[in-house]
Amino acid sequence: MEDLFLLILQLLGATIRVATPLVLAAFAGMYCERAGVVDIGLEGKMLAGAFFAAAAAASTGSPWLGLLAAMAAGIALALIHGFACVTHNGNQVVSGMAINILVAGLAPTLAYAWFKQGGQTPLLPASARLPSVQMPGVEAINGVPVLGSIYRELIDDTNVLIWVTLLIVLATQWVLYRSRFGLRLRAVGENPAAVETAGISVTRLRYQALIVTGALTGMAGAYLSTGHGAGFVRDMTAGKGYLALAALIFGKWRPGPTLFACLLFAFTDAVQVRLQGVPLPGIGVIPVQFIQMLPYLLTVLLLAGFVGKAIAPKASGVPYVKER
Amino acid sequence: MTTRVLAALLAGSALGASAALTALPVQADDFAPAVVFDQGGKFDKSFNEAAYNGAERFKKETGTAYREFEITNEGQREQAMRTLVRRGASVIVAVGFSQTAAVEKVAKESPNTKFCLIDDKLDAPNVQSVTFKEHEGSFLVGMAAALVSKSGKVGFIGGMDIPLIRNFLTGYEQGVKHVAASDEVFTNMTGTTPAAWNDPTRGAELAKSQFGRGADVVFAAAGATGLGVLQAAADSGKLGIGVDSNQNHVHPGKVLTSMVKRVDVVVYDCMKTAKDGSWKPGHRVVGLKEDGVGYALDASNRPLISADIEKKLEEAKAQIIGGTLAVKPYQP
Repeated sequence: MEDLFLLILQLLGATIRVATPLVLAAFAGMYCERAGVVDIGLEGKMLAGAFFAAAAAASTGSPWLGLLAAMAAGIALALIHGFACVTHNGNQVVSGMAINILVAGLAPTLAYAWFKQGGQTPLLPASARLPSVQMPGVEAINGVPVLGSIYRELIDDTNVLIWVTLLIVLATQWVLYRSRFGLRLRAVGENPAAVETAGISVTRLRYQALIVTGALTGMAGAYLSTGHGAGFVRDMTAGKGYLALAALIFGKWRPGPTLFACLLFAFTDAVQVRLQGVPLPGIGVIPVQFIQMLPYLLTVLLLAGFVGKAIAPKASGVPYVKER
Repeated sequence: MTTRVLAALLAGSALGASAALTALPVQADDFAPAVVFDQGGKFDKSFNEAAYNGAERFKKETGTAYREFEITNEGQREQAMRTLVRRGASVIVAVGFSQTAAVEKVAKESPNTKFCLIDDKLDAPNVQSVTFKEHEGSFLVGMAAALVSKSGKVGFIGGMDIPLIRNFLTGYEQGVKHVAASDEVFTNMTGTTPAAWNDPTRGAELAKSQFGRGADVVFAAAGATGLGVLQAAADSGKLGIGVDSNQNHVHPGKVLTSMVKRVDVVVYDCMKTAKDGSWKPGHRVVGLKEDGVGYALDASNRPLISADIEKKLEEAKAQIIGGTLAVKPYQP
């Protein structure tokens, strides 16, 4: 019983670690898609964030400068996206894809030029990585039956960006539904003409949304290379940007359900790791290939059967052309 | 034989024939070796880097530069080898079992070029292939893991789920059980595609899950993914075991040892023999006896391997070489 409880806690701990970059990227996507800009370039921005975080941390020794560099890189790419599809009404999917391809090639190339280690950054020492937060009183509370283990396994020794992510989730819920900026953001994604009629600049709002997107994706990348990992390797985002996009659609562009979708993806991944090579009663050891299929199978089943119709913000993906 | 080959070449497309003929004089007076690295890249601090070190040693000792190619997607293999042949490479070292199909095809097309294939067996008149007895080296690191483990639980994290990696696992398990029959070995494979060699984030997560289950030593046979495993071990205050290259220095004091595969020696020998003319086609299997595999002991892990442990490992090594201790390879 005690073992099972510990197992569940460890699974939840792994879920949170794996979900963090997904949550950051999905919430990044939420800002710009709610403002009517489709962003398939989350993956590329995240990869750029991962690279610049690791590169800056490796050369300055400070993970915080790395985090800043990652956010700056994400914002710069988001602004390029904005320039192409907000200012010049370009196709948003094409522009996003272009960013993905650009970064996939550019990051290893720069890494090769700067560090001469074949498209990687050097491995970062502990001091150049985003720290984990050590909670007080772990020893004191350890003896308490249930609370002690929860505190030890889930709360203590958690990366600082995980706490930041939690704040961002709460803040987003408030910003989108309780603030003036959020109201306008949602309006501009549904009916930009109405927003323009009210005397608010659509272009300005969409750029603001994109800056938030860039900053958050950069943060997601920094988590991968300097928080969870210790250095950049080629293609290290491994499709997490697309998975975040799927979670966003799955969560119908709303903070709560999107968070849930990210956690679900991460949880299936954590379970999958645990199930490998473990004989199940009555079945025996399940082949690795089958277990690795589970998260995808679950996603397809949920998307097909339980989620229902996901309706995108009405003006999402449509460039806004001002009437004259 | 040569006339027949030439006739075949001339009978072939004019373009192909002229390319092959212009390549001949280059070969005669100018020795040009080449290396094709596998996915993971030549600085993976592991398998490919070992090959790179061998090629670098050859360059340093003979002053002959070599051409190289780093594969970044499946489609490039044949293309890369053909390009190297066309540019007059006299011997091409193909690193990694994934190159087998490409080597087989290109070797047939270019009978005047020598090929060395590492990690797979291929029978062709101009191909030398080398495989390693990974199970023997893994047996020793498995013993080391069991000897230092306090929890009686040790882990194994493989890269792509293929027989080659299963061979590491089999040897490792036998080594662990040789020391303590009741010890538990946890096994995880990173994935089933070549992307599994390059996913340190996932490697770290797999390692953490094994630590959660009580493992205190984890052996990573997973290319660049293994860097994440070693990182997680260092972060969690556990021990990792490196693979292919000596990875003890990656986290000094946190890497128990490394199961080294002397890919560097094989690459060096291949280039060297091709240069001085003693190169022979055929298949070789190298193990502990030929010094093709082994465990790494240096200043970084000296404090972790006590004299007692070293003695036990050396005894087992001598027994395996002498044939009194049998380590079974993986049988699918």
